[in-house]
Amino acid sequence: MPLLEMKNLTVSFDTAAGPFMAVQGIDLSVEPREVLAIVGESGSGKSVAMLAVMGLLPNTATVRADRMAFDGIDLLKLGPSERRKIVGKDISMIFQEPVASLNPCFTVGFQIEEVLRFHMGMDRAQRRARAIELMKLVGIADPEERLGSFPHQMSGGQCQRVMIAIAIACNPKLLIADEPTTALDVTIQKQILDLLVGLQAKYGMGLIMITHNMGVVAETADRVIVQYKGRKMEEADVLSLFESPKSNYTRALLSALPENAVGDRLPTVSDMLFEPAPSVVAARSAGGTAT
Amino acid sequence: MSVTVVEGKNIVRDYHVGGGLFRPSRTVHAVKGVSFSVDKGKTLAIVGESGCGKSTLARIITLVDPATSGELFIDGKKVDIARDGLSKEMRRKVQIVFQNPYGSLNPRQKIGDVLGEPLLINTDSTAGERRDLAMKMLKKVGLGPEHYNRYPHMFSGGQRQRIAIARALMLNPSLLVLDEPVSALDLSVQAQVLNLLADLQDEFQLTYVFISHDLSVVRYIADDVMVMYFGEAVEYGSRDEVFADPKHSYTRTLFAATPRADVASIKARLAKKKAA
Repeated sequence: MPLLEMKNLTVSFDTAAGPFMAVQGIDLSVEPREVLAIVGESGSGKSVAMLAVMGLLPNTATVRADRMAFDGIDLLKLGPSERRKIVGKDISMIFQEPVASLNPCFTVGFQIEEVLRFHMGMDRAQRRARAIELMKLVGIADPEERLGSFPHQMSGGQCQRVMIAIAIACNPKLLIADEPTTALDVTIQKQILDLLVGLQAKYGMGLIMITHNMGVVAETADRVIVQYKGRKMEEADVLSLFESPKSNYTRALLSALPENAVGDRLPTVSDMLFEPAPSVVAARSAGGTAT
Repeated sequence: MSVTVVEGKNIVRDYHVGGGLFRPSRTVHAVKGVSFSVDKGKTLAIVGESGCGKSTLARIITLVDPATSGELFIDGKKVDIARDGLSKEMRRKVQIVFQNPYGSLNPRQKIGDVLGEPLLINTDSTAGERRDLAMKMLKKVGLGPEHYNRYPHMFSGGQRQRIAIARALMLNPSLLVLDEPVSALDLSVQAQVLNLLADLQDEFQLTYVFISHDLSVVRYIADDVMVMYFGEAVEYGSRDEVFADPKHSYTRTLFAATPRADVASIKARLAKKKAA
């Protein structure tokens, strides 16, 4: 049984100019212990689809789906209070801007313990012990000291580690990472990706990695969904996606990678989307093997 | 013969962090003696992680901050803004494009005014001339005359970065400092902006100092590469030299950290995962 299963998910926003369809009929499923990457540029609806799973969309959004089930529970039929019991405990999410998603008014220790108090009902001593354990797990030195730090006293990479600690505090079955490394340097990005994939393997979580970085996909994913303007363009396992992309859009994305540049110009997505040129595909495979 | 547009000799920049009641003041050495030179029409890329001093160096080259010691030459002339201040002519020669196109445009200023402002401040041109030049520049960066009266919020990230580039080019600078110009952009938009930068460089013989932490972008755009680590230039050479044979261990760490998107490395990763 898949961990998360969505059929024909549609999300529309009410705007002054009528409804805007952010996600248009996406099917998606994640197996336990699987790393699924969702790729697309901004506005492709990749974050919105995941926020719909979490129930975090604003009131102006309308979510429709033929089926949306997590671990056999139908999420569409759940009331808000039942849903809150699942979200943050069994499904948790890491956001793009770590510094912006932590509350600046509370210590990171408080913010980690908050989840444990709400979902696990632990007492003060248990919470503190677990928080220290979590800080060690995500690789923050001096956990006892750092629990009393405020987010502004930590670097971006450390804040992202705290976010991960909060997300995995209750041993979730599914972890959704929304562009977890976009705001970070390459060296820190590598550390955070290794940490995420390591934790995923250690605890057997399902992991959904939302990103626009093809490099991140290549380094982490088992299976990939490519999304464009709210629609699914392609779904494939990671190797066949890079070896033989089927949709023009995926080919365009791959050829826009600077390392695949041939000659002086980078092919852009709009160059290719409407006129698939075989020469470009050939150029890409030549450039790809050269690196 | 190639002309050197910008040259730095042993540039040092210290910041004094004031002490409080219980803390003594201390000195942060942001840039510790960096030397470089860039020829006309070439691109120097400065690579490093956050806090390594690359943006401080950019501020010195853009003549925003003076260097604590060391010499900076622009178009062969020695510039010392701490002693002599900054002439209008110097100000025209160097321009900068910032990382975040959302933060670097005034939300209450129309695009036409954004582009006209450098001319208004630095030249005696009339309103009509400014308008014509702004229109021409909009076309150069791939926007249209219909965008002249719009506000920044009406544009996407890539379009805003085009506007920021257009603004930087209004005064015909000889040197353009690009502080992570594409790291806030999507892959496909990033490709468009990089193409635009390459086209403009060919057309105007521009010299770029390109600051980035993305090695794949650097490899695409740079002629020379400088790798900075804790305020020092640990590696400096032509692109091919640096990429083919990185000498310093930090450069090698950087290369190892860059995600690779080719089929062979995916195969290797999957095989490793299966074995584990």
